[in-house]
Amino acid sequence: MHKVLPSVLIIIFYTVVNAQDTTGVKIPSQDAIYTRPFILKVNNLSTSIGGYFEGNSNYFSEDGVSEGLSFELRRFNIFLYSSLGPGIKFLSELEFEHGTEEIALETALLDFQFSPQFALRAGIILVPLGMFNQNHDSPRWDIIDRPLVSTQIIPSTLSEVGFGVYGRFTLIRYLSLTYSGYLTNGLGDGVILNAEGKTFVPSGKRKEAFEEDNNGLPAYSGRIALQHSLGELGLSFYHCVYNSFRVEGIEVDEKRSLSITAIDFSANFFDFTLQGEAAYSMIEVPDNLSEIFDDKQWGTFFDIIYPVYKGSVLLFDEAILNSIVRFEYVDFNMGRFNVTGQNVKDDVTALVLGLSFRPVPNTVIKANYRRHWTVDAIGNPTIHTAGFQFGFASYF
Amino acid sequence: MKIMKLYLQNSIFRLILTLLSSFILSIIIISCEEFLPTAPESSEILNEPIEGLTPSQLAAHLQGDEQFGKIFGVEDGLGPIFVNTSCENCHVADGKGHPFIQLTRFGKMNLDGTFDPMTEYGGAQLQQRSIAGYPPEEIPAEATGKSILMPPSVTGLGLIEAVPDELILSYADPDDLNGDGISGVPNYVDPPDYFQPKPGFHISNNGKYIGRFGRKAGAITILQQVTQAYLQDIGITSDFLPEDLYNYIIGSGTGDKVSDPELSASVVKSVEFYIKTLKAPPRRNENDADVIGGENIFKKQINCSGCHIPTLVSGPSDIEALNKKDFHPYTDMLMHDMGSQLDDYYTEGSAKTSEWRTTPLWGLGLGGTSQGGKSFFLHDGRAKTIEEAIIYHGGEASNSRNNYYNLSQADKQKLLKFLESL
Repeated sequence: MHKVLPSVLIIIFYTVVNAQDTTGVKIPSQDAIYTRPFILKVNNLSTSIGGYFEGNSNYFSEDGVSEGLSFELRRFNIFLYSSLGPGIKFLSELEFEHGTEEIALETALLDFQFSPQFALRAGIILVPLGMFNQNHDSPRWDIIDRPLVSTQIIPSTLSEVGFGVYGRFTLIRYLSLTYSGYLTNGLGDGVILNAEGKTFVPSGKRKEAFEEDNNGLPAYSGRIALQHSLGELGLSFYHCVYNSFRVEGIEVDEKRSLSITAIDFSANFFDFTLQGEAAYSMIEVPDNLSEIFDDKQWGTFFDIIYPVYKGSVLLFDEAILNSIVRFEYVDFNMGRFNVTGQNVKDDVTALVLGLSFRPVPNTVIKANYRRHWTVDAIGNPTIHTAGFQFGFASYF
Repeated sequence: MKIMKLYLQNSIFRLILTLLSSFILSIIIISCEEFLPTAPESSEILNEPIEGLTPSQLAAHLQGDEQFGKIFGVEDGLGPIFVNTSCENCHVADGKGHPFIQLTRFGKMNLDGTFDPMTEYGGAQLQQRSIAGYPPEEIPAEATGKSILMPPSVTGLGLIEAVPDELILSYADPDDLNGDGISGVPNYVDPPDYFQPKPGFHISNNGKYIGRFGRKAGAITILQQVTQAYLQDIGITSDFLPEDLYNYIIGSGTGDKVSDPELSASVVKSVEFYIKTLKAPPRRNENDADVIGGENIFKKQINCSGCHIPTLVSGPSDIEALNKKDFHPYTDMLMHDMGSQLDDYYTEGSAKTSEWRTTPLWGLGLGGTSQGGKSFFLHDGRAKTIEEAIIYHGGEASNSRNNYYNLSQADKQKLLKFLESL
């Protein structure tokens, strides 16, 4: 202990001394909500409005059956930002999904920034689980569909009401560390026994989640990440008791928890951008529901992006044409059948090949070829799904 | 590193890299055989409508298909006790189920020889799963018989339902008057309140009717089968059976929080129509010489067709595609004593515990496509091969089984090839 303490003090001292020096370090994912263009360009004003919208076409075929060509307006999101004083900021995001089919307040938070190393945040926040959940604006991504692991194992967009702290330290030159930790109203009973017929964490989102917790035990989540000029590496977790084990103060069930651990990275080598995340979840499930509702899931995605052209195109001086390859895999059930001893399958493998054209940095036109190989729980012949998507996304 | 970066910034190098990456992407795409997946051969799948449906009948079929695939969660009324969460989860792609599903039925044989399905103890079907905070059922210690059933395929059932009782009765031979060792009998069961017998089609026997669906032929119509499956398998009440299940240990009034009935009659009938209009399982390789040879052995040499009657004829139906059609299910729809090895000491209706309804053999060769690439035969999946299933045949099927033993190896292979073609 005596040997460790001086080292810790030296690190803290060094950190504080270098606190402001983040030159050459990648912008952290946790700052993504404040690096949106509408804020960056008008940050001298006290209040600004912005947003993004995205739409696309779909043409898919599943085992030879196609529903033809259709168009989809996925999202129209409005941001409202206000600087209320030194270090006090308000940010909100109202999302209209598929027109007015689903309207949700995705973010509404107040930040009290005491120093770069320490800030308090309260309100409806984006849970810091993985990289994508906090940095999911479509204009920032070159593929139309969101990663499977980031939406089906990590239930992005996961925004919950609560409070916590976050901050950023510079460890050494070109290397910084960010941290965040929150207490929030957690996910609910729908994680199991839902309309998906399998353990499905996104179904645990509750309509009343912004009003009260379902069991009085808040979820806790946190992420630490290292940033370097080469990229970012993050480790995050989320834990909650998800079931309503207590009703009107009376315990009616056992407590059942879920934990999700995620690792994420993004890196730039020469002109290549590599990014991805992997998540592993453990969910406590009643014994009699095993096999159908498993207690372990995992998934991952990995993107390789390469700019095949950078330069002037017609009116656009700094246009970029990117080529993208994404590999994805999600296993919804890592268990075995009790009767036969066989592995339960229930997995999806996906490959996406794409091109994206950015006439300006905050607007992107995307073309994707997506192919899925889906195997049901029993392991029946693979269901082949493939199709083409063309879309756009832009900040405004 | 700097040299490499300079190279990458070189436009010629960029062009080469672009062309190379495009080439690699093309190879990846082409290696996927095609950009868009093609449909599997119709002869390899079960989940298609019967030919000859009108456009409006096809629309109704698709509507039922959607309901058949609907997964029930707690919010939809699942449970409180159940076996599975949707029709499709048991009958994957309309085929046979996997052994892990396990529809378990139990009951007690009384001293007077009558069978008690132990309904006051949650019988006859066990619901081994439950919603959170609610205890699943367990088989009471008093039960003397337990049968574990794999979900059967649901294809071609519309044709089977359209077979008049008179035709089924014509195959019955309870006293084995023809001396072939086979004494098939119909299973007479009590009809549910909502059953409406069709004049000239259903024949009453003291208020009971011939059951034809289920391993023990416990259900008279597809509607009855669907209604019971919603309640007994998924815990979903309907206009036909509006009272929720409950664990008898906990007591009634402890069901789920969703108002009953949880399904309207129209939804149940939609699923009934879907099942009724599924095509008969398709044949494959039926013109192969070995398959034809195997069929002759099946019919003429070892008399499997004494019970597995190849061709039936449907009666009049308001669906033209089912109206007065010859079809080939390989069943007589009767109950037969299958011997002690297959006696689970459980039964339904008037059948003895060792009696089973002749399982239609159509679709036999496609079992693996809905059972995860492996095949599981007989009511509980205990047989892993067709030959093993034949060996389990006893009782009235003993003669045919013994005849099979006496076949040459080549003839056995022909027979198995024929069965796999069904």
